[in-house]
Amino acid sequence: MGRKLLTEHINVEGIDTFEVYRKHGGYRSVEKALKTMTPDEVVEEVKKSGLRGRGGAGFPTGMKWSFLAKPEGVPRYLVCNADESEPGTFKDRQLMAKLPHLLIEGMITGSYALGARTSYIYIRGELLYVLRILEKAIAEAYAAGFLGENILGSGYSLDLHVHPGAGAYICGEETALLESLEGKRGNPRNKPPFPAVQGLYARPTVVNNVETIAAVVPIINDGGDEYAKLGVGKSTGTKLISACGHLNKPGIYEIELGVPVEEFIYSDEYCGGIWKGRDLKAVVAGGSSVPILPKELILKTAAGENRLMTYESLSDGGFVTGTMLGSGGFIAMDETTCIVKNTWNFSRFYHHESCGQCSPCREGTGWLEKVLHRLEHGHGSMHDIDLIVSVAKQIEGNTICPLGEAAAWPVAAAVRHFRHEFEWHVTNPKEATMPGAAYRGAPVLA
Amino acid sequence: MAKITFDGIEVEVPDGTTILNAVRQIGGGVVPPAMCYYTPLKGTGGKCRACLVRVAAGSAKDPRPMPKLVASCITTVQDGMVVENTTSQQVMDVRKGIVEMLLINHPLDCPVCDQAGECDLQDFAFEHGVSTTRYEEERRTFEKIDIGPLIQLHMTRCILCYRCVYTADQLTPERVHGVLGRGDASEIGTYIENIIDNEFSGNVIDVCPVGALTDKTFRFKQRVWFTKPVNAHRDCENEKCCGRVTLWYKGKDVLRVTARKDQYGEVKEWICNTCRFDKKETSDWVLEGPAHINRASVISANHYELPVVNPQVILDLPESTTRELEHNPPLRLGGING
Repeated sequence: MGRKLLTEHINVEGIDTFEVYRKHGGYRSVEKALKTMTPDEVVEEVKKSGLRGRGGAGFPTGMKWSFLAKPEGVPRYLVCNADESEPGTFKDRQLMAKLPHLLIEGMITGSYALGARTSYIYIRGELLYVLRILEKAIAEAYAAGFLGENILGSGYSLDLHVHPGAGAYICGEETALLESLEGKRGNPRNKPPFPAVQGLYARPTVVNNVETIAAVVPIINDGGDEYAKLGVGKSTGTKLISACGHLNKPGIYEIELGVPVEEFIYSDEYCGGIWKGRDLKAVVAGGSSVPILPKELILKTAAGENRLMTYESLSDGGFVTGTMLGSGGFIAMDETTCIVKNTWNFSRFYHHESCGQCSPCREGTGWLEKVLHRLEHGHGSMHDIDLIVSVAKQIEGNTICPLGEAAAWPVAAAVRHFRHEFEWHVTNPKEATMPGAAYRGAPVLA
Repeated sequence: MAKITFDGIEVEVPDGTTILNAVRQIGGGVVPPAMCYYTPLKGTGGKCRACLVRVAAGSAKDPRPMPKLVASCITTVQDGMVVENTTSQQVMDVRKGIVEMLLINHPLDCPVCDQAGECDLQDFAFEHGVSTTRYEEERRTFEKIDIGPLIQLHMTRCILCYRCVYTADQLTPERVHGVLGRGDASEIGTYIENIIDNEFSGNVIDVCPVGALTDKTFRFKQRVWFTKPVNAHRDCENEKCCGRVTLWYKGKDVLRVTARKDQYGEVKEWICNTCRFDKKETSDWVLEGPAHINRASVISANHYELPVVNPQVILDLPESTTRELEHNPPLRLGGING
């Protein structure tokens, strides 16, 4: 088992309380940062660590922090994006529910680095119980003097608030999140200006994923260089992968980046293989938005190399033969899965969650869903298969926010690799609409 | 000042100008269409994606192209920027796609729609759309919502440009309507079936690019192309009302009163409901003369002004138009004479 940085003590009894968390080395990073480091040194450490955003885009965190505009006399904000709602991703929920103080510790250290005096955790509205856990933990941190005025006598003050969303996937998009946090309708903003210049309340703001902020804690504790030793190339450190689907041992795994995908799926240390002794058919490697890959391509790249759980290796081959690490929502599908049905299900989600602001996404997601519904239920034609590819292409890249792409990519990839399944639905509608029907044929690999 | 090259035409504009407004200074056929952007309303733009253009070079300092197409109505110019609109096949293809998206849930009831003839969506579809549809499903429909005695809201035709929301926000003290719901279920509405009642509410009719908000006092009275627009003004008691309007005549009767729109369909000066709905006698007004109507518009019926033509696209014009241009000097060329 690889090294665990975030979840080492996750199963210790009472780790969600301040005393137990502190006893296991908690809040050391706050002490170290506030007492011995300047904010710029903290940012420098994060830069050195090579940490990349864990929310899906994989943007280098240190760089994001250094982009933050710092005009005199204007407040700045650190906002934690805990609106985890990507289908297949459930790592942040567990991290916050079990280790609330880890996130709070990361928020304090991060806020100190950015010079924020008020910080927010924007949590998904459905996670009400986690919200309560966080609020309790924040109250404990205030009582222990780690939040509030003059933390540890350093002269640095910070207020931390938790704010629940109201049930919209789109509010996980950073600018929609900021709108929602401001009390408005959660519509993504036009960019530029970017949040680093004009974010929350038109002030410079950094928005980071829960796991990203939590990862700041081990980086400050052990040093950025130490963190960068883990992982492969530009994918440093550890990553939480929420594995689900037809696996023997679904769950959340903290892996060192660079574990081969094959090992992750089949070794007993991780997912323990495909359930019921069946064969793997396809994998969605980073949450429902990323392109689906057939077994042959997820285990090996088009060039025949072993695919690793890293940002670079998973995106090897672009969108023709590759995918993305995304948010780490690893969905495995066995040979009995119907890809058409799965694609329809995904697009139903995006249709439901599109904010309706810009026309390609508002109209296109609904159109995709309707045509996929038709195909899945045996009423489609061959022409419909080309139609969904064309509609997906019309959405992709032409929208305000990445939800358009998130809706278009899975459809385009499913047709790219599993076109024969769509065609089978058209030619054998009776068979295809039987409960549990799934076509078994060789996928298209390039 | 920043100098940009748009479709091969150079134009110099002050820093902070958007690409769209820079191109409007050139004028003519290279100007991208805009369905949601509205210059007088702050915060509009970026939603319909009709004005997407390709930035082939970001600026003189950083000449890399922008990775995605950008909305020209909200992207500001940089010195040395090179932008492609009609010269980029990609932009033209994407625009075709945008028309298709806007139309799949539009009822296409132009024959019974009051906006027909002065509808931005109609013009947009005519210029950039295709004549067939690939959409087979049932279109989205809504019940007509009653928002008072003067304005009709017919959501089925709405393209969610948000213009009327910004108008109400920026023109009137209390906005009672907004966007409810999300995705393709979002709708303009008053929560719940409230009346929009204030002195400037009528302006939402003018800003609406389609027939979703129409004038109840004019509905089904006359097709707009059978009416004759005449500019007029009066001394309005209301301070915020400019009193400068367009009267739409049929014979001797004033059928409706609207604010004056410029060549891009934008109202620059707002009028109050008294001027719009209550003053429908010629004796209420001081007449100024025929209103300018774009030649391309069906309202002008081909006997108003000549179009502004960019030299680059002159070859693409139909022969009849070029002939007319030659026989009717002076030819006003966009981008060359200013």
